[in-house]
Amino acid sequence: MTQKKTLLQELIEKQKAGLLKAKDRYEIPSQDMPAQDPGQRRTNMNEVALGYTAEEARLEAMRCLQCKTAPCMKGCPVRIRIKDFVSAIADGDDAEALKIIKENSLLPAVCGRVCPQEVQCQETCTVGLKFKDVDKSVSIGRLERYVADLAKKDSAIPDIAPATGKKVAVIGSGPGGIVVAADVRRAGHEVTVFEAFHKPGGVMVYGIPEFRLPKAIVQEEIDVLKKMGVEIICNFIVGRTRTIQELMAEDGYDAVYVGVGAGLPKFMNIDGEHLVGVYSANEYLTRANLMKAYQFGKGAETPIAVSKNVAVLGGGNVAMDSARMAVRLGAENVYLVYRRSEKEMPARIEEVHHAKEEGVQFCVLQNPKRVLGDDNGNVIGLECLRYELGEPDESGRRRPVAIEGSEFVLDVDTVIVAIGNGANPLIQQTTPGLEFNKWGNIVVDENCKTSLEGVYAGGDIVLGAATVILAMGQGRIAAAAINRCLAEKK
Amino acid sequence: MAFQIVNKEQLSENVFMIDVEAPLVARARKAGQFVIVSAEEEAGERIPLTIAGADAEQGTIRLIFQRVGKATAQMAQFEKGDSLGYVAGPLGQPTHIEKFGTVVCIGGGIGNAPLLPIASALKEAGNTIISIIGARNKELLILEDEFKAISDELIVVTDDGSYGRKALVTEPLTEICSRDPKPDLAIAIGPAIMMKFCCETTKKFEVPTQVSLNTIMVDGTGMCGGCRVEVGGQTKFVCVDGPEFDGHQVNFDLMTRRMSAYKTLEQKAYEKFKEHKCRIGLNKKDNA
Repeated sequence: MTQKKTLLQELIEKQKAGLLKAKDRYEIPSQDMPAQDPGQRRTNMNEVALGYTAEEARLEAMRCLQCKTAPCMKGCPVRIRIKDFVSAIADGDDAEALKIIKENSLLPAVCGRVCPQEVQCQETCTVGLKFKDVDKSVSIGRLERYVADLAKKDSAIPDIAPATGKKVAVIGSGPGGIVVAADVRRAGHEVTVFEAFHKPGGVMVYGIPEFRLPKAIVQEEIDVLKKMGVEIICNFIVGRTRTIQELMAEDGYDAVYVGVGAGLPKFMNIDGEHLVGVYSANEYLTRANLMKAYQFGKGAETPIAVSKNVAVLGGGNVAMDSARMAVRLGAENVYLVYRRSEKEMPARIEEVHHAKEEGVQFCVLQNPKRVLGDDNGNVIGLECLRYELGEPDESGRRRPVAIEGSEFVLDVDTVIVAIGNGANPLIQQTTPGLEFNKWGNIVVDENCKTSLEGVYAGGDIVLGAATVILAMGQGRIAAAAINRCLAEKK
Repeated sequence: MAFQIVNKEQLSENVFMIDVEAPLVARARKAGQFVIVSAEEEAGERIPLTIAGADAEQGTIRLIFQRVGKATAQMAQFEKGDSLGYVAGPLGQPTHIEKFGTVVCIGGGIGNAPLLPIASALKEAGNTIISIIGARNKELLILEDEFKAISDELIVVTDDGSYGRKALVTEPLTEICSRDPKPDLAIAIGPAIMMKFCCETTKKFEVPTQVSLNTIMVDGTGMCGGCRVEVGGQTKFVCVDGPEFDGHQVNFDLMTRRMSAYKTLEQKAYEKFKEHKCRIGLNKKDNA
């Protein structure tokens, strides 16, 4: 620590004297983020990454070259003025940094933790390109998290315009819904958020585990909405409790934002998928996170499989979350079975890294053929095939090809399928006139407006599998369009 | 939305009927739909219960449940004036109601509860209703009067012969299917094993048969997939594709196995709950 302090002191003086050159910046070691010890965190649900100290943040920020072209910004789905906020941290002005981030992102504490930075802002970072290693890019996400966490204590309520008398319904309280609710409320409209579950937060509370995104952070964002005067109604399933049409024609809502997420888990369509012990990742994570099944019998009432050996199918963030959750629930062996090689995994690098540290065993270039069960219908194994990489496919990734006769059996009692979601059919079944594509996703224009007057949509239900930041980005666009539309409406 | 219990009746040793305040659900619900309920607001288990009836004016829905585990035992302890943690719904596809002609409605045990609103709706649509309701014994038989009121013909059976005819429901079902003309439709709701044998019976007579499934669920909106069943060789979700399916296509054996997934865990929790309850009782005595 003292070493870091000394280095920082030297750099600050150089900076003041105007002598801090690119060469010096390249020489600053990239700052790792402190994390809970892997052995220890296997047995608790607490957040793994602990966040930068002030020195670490400032050192990391000083690595930024302040490129005139700011390629990082182009990589950001909501165009945060990254180079400016990083520069503010380098100057020691964390409050200014947060102000800059908040111009474009309402949930920096969330995005700093869950954004796939290495394929967004950090992918195009000049520092990373110089070292030919995206891991060496300026850690923009960690810096975002750092300033967001500092400000957590004084989450100020944004100014709200005088009441317009207009009402907006937001369906779903995930990241997109939260952003729309905040932006539309700021314009002076009345806002009601409808949530199907008994707790608001969407994927941030049912899906992303506590050890990656503490629930308290999401709760703070929800509390800010409530303080702004947004009404949040849980246990309300739009489409069933009330339809969109009823909300608009009978309940007086002038506009509706549909941010219901994807939420219809895909399965592999292989033999044995109905056996006891086969879960969708959604179910496994919802039981463990939202329903707190890890406290079953100790205050929580929802059970979850007590597993010894677990196979997780998939290579995305949800697969990593499931695997790491299984570790924490006490499984001795957790295998992550993925059809392609590690390079093709869509998960964040940090999650892959953390999963490995926690002992998750990566079985790449393998794919399940069928789930084996005993006479009582319980899972007793997973038959897999080995694969090799062939020619690139449409996605540009090398296509995995099965090696004939390479079958083998993984000894597991639980299988978690984390291969993505289809579109939930509820809104489609209950909203005549709303246009959907052939995959069941809602069709929208560049303003996130749907085929129905006054109805907007964004996030997974529009994009298929998206991320928190993309949902937020669409929420911003939709909210702006709703505000414009309501301003014109007399 | 307070989800207050405004009326409670014990129908048999382990079967309870409650009317709960849920005005929006009461207004929106249709025959065949269900709700997700939890005894507690925060940490309770989410369980699906078919809506047994509703009073839209009063804003209440009727739920009939069997005390089988901790969650239902906790609900059974509630009295008039207490509130459930929450109620969410109505969920699932409503029953397709039209005039089919003669419909035979088969209910077993607690299955009589979800069957009643469907049979009523079919009666209102102009169908002739033949009801077969059964239970293990007289004490467990529920809703006989209600079925009598809406049925053109009512057959009551008990496994042990303590009331009505001593038979399984499949016995009168076979007789009714043998009639000429045979029924136009059968609807069977009850334990998986009962529905399975009803479907085997009606299949022989080529009587189309609907069943209503009550599988394990978490969210009830399609998100978790825990309720999945195999219907006609395809994976279907009970919550969004059902709860009613063509009974001749349902793989009941798979379904039965999936429904017992947490049996051991749940039994332990229930035992612990009962034990705890006893202790509370003892403490009270000590204090008195």
